[in-house]
Amino acid sequence: MTGFDPIRCASRAAMLASALLAAPGFAQVNFAGVWNMTLTEDFPDRLPGPELGDYAGLPLNANDRARAQSWNASILSLPDYQCRVHPSDYANSFADIRMWHEFDTTTQELIAIHIQHFAWNTQRTIWMDGRPHPHPMAEHTSMGFSTGEWVGNTLKVTTTHLKEGWLRRNGVARSDAATVTEHFIRHDNHLTWSVFVQDPKYLEEPFFRNRDYTAAVGDAISAYPCESVVEVVLPEQGYFPHYLPGENPFLIEYARNHKIPSEAAMGGAKTMYPEYRKRLVELSPP
Amino acid sequence: MKQCIRAASIAALAAAGFCTPSFAQAPQNFDAVKIDTLKVRDNIYMLVGSGGNITVQVGDEGVLLVDTQYAPLSDKILAAIRAISPKPIYYIVDTHHHGDHTGGNANLRAAGTTVSGGNMAGAIRDSGVGAAIIAHENVLLRLSSDKGPQALPSGGWPTSTFFGNKKELFYNGEGIEIIHVPAAHTDGDSIVFFRRSDVISAGDVFVTTSYPFIDTASGGTYQGFVAALEKLVDIIIPVYGQDGGTLVIPGHGRISNLGDVLNYREMVIVVGDRIKHMIEAGMTLEQVKAAKPTVDYDPVYGARAGAAEGFIEATYRTLSAPPGDSR
Repeated sequence: MTGFDPIRCASRAAMLASALLAAPGFAQVNFAGVWNMTLTEDFPDRLPGPELGDYAGLPLNANDRARAQSWNASILSLPDYQCRVHPSDYANSFADIRMWHEFDTTTQELIAIHIQHFAWNTQRTIWMDGRPHPHPMAEHTSMGFSTGEWVGNTLKVTTTHLKEGWLRRNGVARSDAATVTEHFIRHDNHLTWSVFVQDPKYLEEPFFRNRDYTAAVGDAISAYPCESVVEVVLPEQGYFPHYLPGENPFLIEYARNHKIPSEAAMGGAKTMYPEYRKRLVELSPP
Repeated sequence: MKQCIRAASIAALAAAGFCTPSFAQAPQNFDAVKIDTLKVRDNIYMLVGSGGNITVQVGDEGVLLVDTQYAPLSDKILAAIRAISPKPIYYIVDTHHHGDHTGGNANLRAAGTTVSGGNMAGAIRDSGVGAAIIAHENVLLRLSSDKGPQALPSGGWPTSTFFGNKKELFYNGEGIEIIHVPAAHTDGDSIVFFRRSDVISAGDVFVTTSYPFIDTASGGTYQGFVAALEKLVDIIIPVYGQDGGTLVIPGHGRISNLGDVLNYREMVIVVGDRIKHMIEAGMTLEQVKAAKPTVDYDPVYGARAGAAEGFIEATYRTLSAPPGDSR
């Protein structure tokens, strides 16, 4: 019975390999490192910023449209608003990121995946340890509260407790009731990061945004200090820049400059779909 | 007639459960109400049940409460407090007089105590009985002048009032500022600033769940409401941008930070500017309501029936009042 038994040997080898390779709770994909954003045709929207009155392709409802139409870029001169950070569901529209994984040093269980955005150096944590989301009355923040799970090789992230933010940084608000579902998909040195926003207060339908990143070996995330200063003399009290209904002179610029019908520029769920091209034929640019 | 309209709108708001100007009990089933405890920071907690949020500050010296919700909930509230601290309740601070914030005053006061001695113990035999209830003097005036069937019993009235800008305490190792914000939600509003914990208990001058309820019949004004929000913004220092740092416990709704208060202030100012513009254009209150100046904020703050109309009406009335008569 001491002779070589190929079946038993293979079985033991398989068990050993299983014990060595399949530690429970290990991340199935490693996202650690710096990722550079990939800019293509959306460059003007993502870096210089969207044009005023451009809500095309956003499924915003009539309430959100009215709010966006009263938005005045002068709020960016207010000290309290100068260092306002991009909310986590908008952050992948803007600049590079670094990701890293946090493990329990004893069990090697994955506790969390962290993301640092270049923009304002905001950090967010995606909890991977199964903890529940906080009480609905707990604090809401720009980054929200995120939990993650593996769906095959895809990291699926659910975020709640988001403070009010924006879908596009020209006044299109996203409410604090939104739930955001993200998918992080690594294809070799490329990362696809999709954001799916469900907002029962300001959206007619869920909003989907997809961004691409490229692994940047040896790259780093720079500092991003921001200090508020008083730039203009402001009234002491009760001042907030905005346009009264019907008095925003910039709403027509985008449509006029790009020869897009005003109805299309004002967005809504219908403007997301290919069928809307038939409607465009019926409309005239301003 | 004006007073009738005001009374009717207040009654509608009260019926909707936002506040009960008068007073100790609102007609609702309290058996189903659960008191949830949220830790805000260090030794500060927020109790959520029915009515205004309660702030609980605990420490070696004892327990301090800001607001007390409704009387029928007092046993549950006391149990929640006991789960945080076994120490006696020494202080209750009322942010204003509405029943959803003061209804439990008498019960929770009776469960507490006041340190008494010297001349006080000799001259006033019950000086050590029950917790002290601190409020702006207008809270006492409003509560004690209410002769209605649901008036708060005298055992729930403030025992220590102040006038002027503020009252200060040092309790449980930190300075506490009780800051009067005049003519805002009512004429007796206070915000309570815990300086070491860096937490503000705002009462109903800041809520996350609804448009402002400006109780004009109790001396509230639009202008005072804006000033109260500005005061909050002045005190708050965020860690970065609009997040972290000073935390705010609203009268109703979730734990907040600077961004939440700024968003609320934005709504109040934008809607107020629109109404001001319409007043200058000669529009009547009904025309202003029909123009829907709150339409863009309704999904966020307009869920409560009558909230938008009440806010529009109070804003219209106080902005169109002649100088010297802000109501």
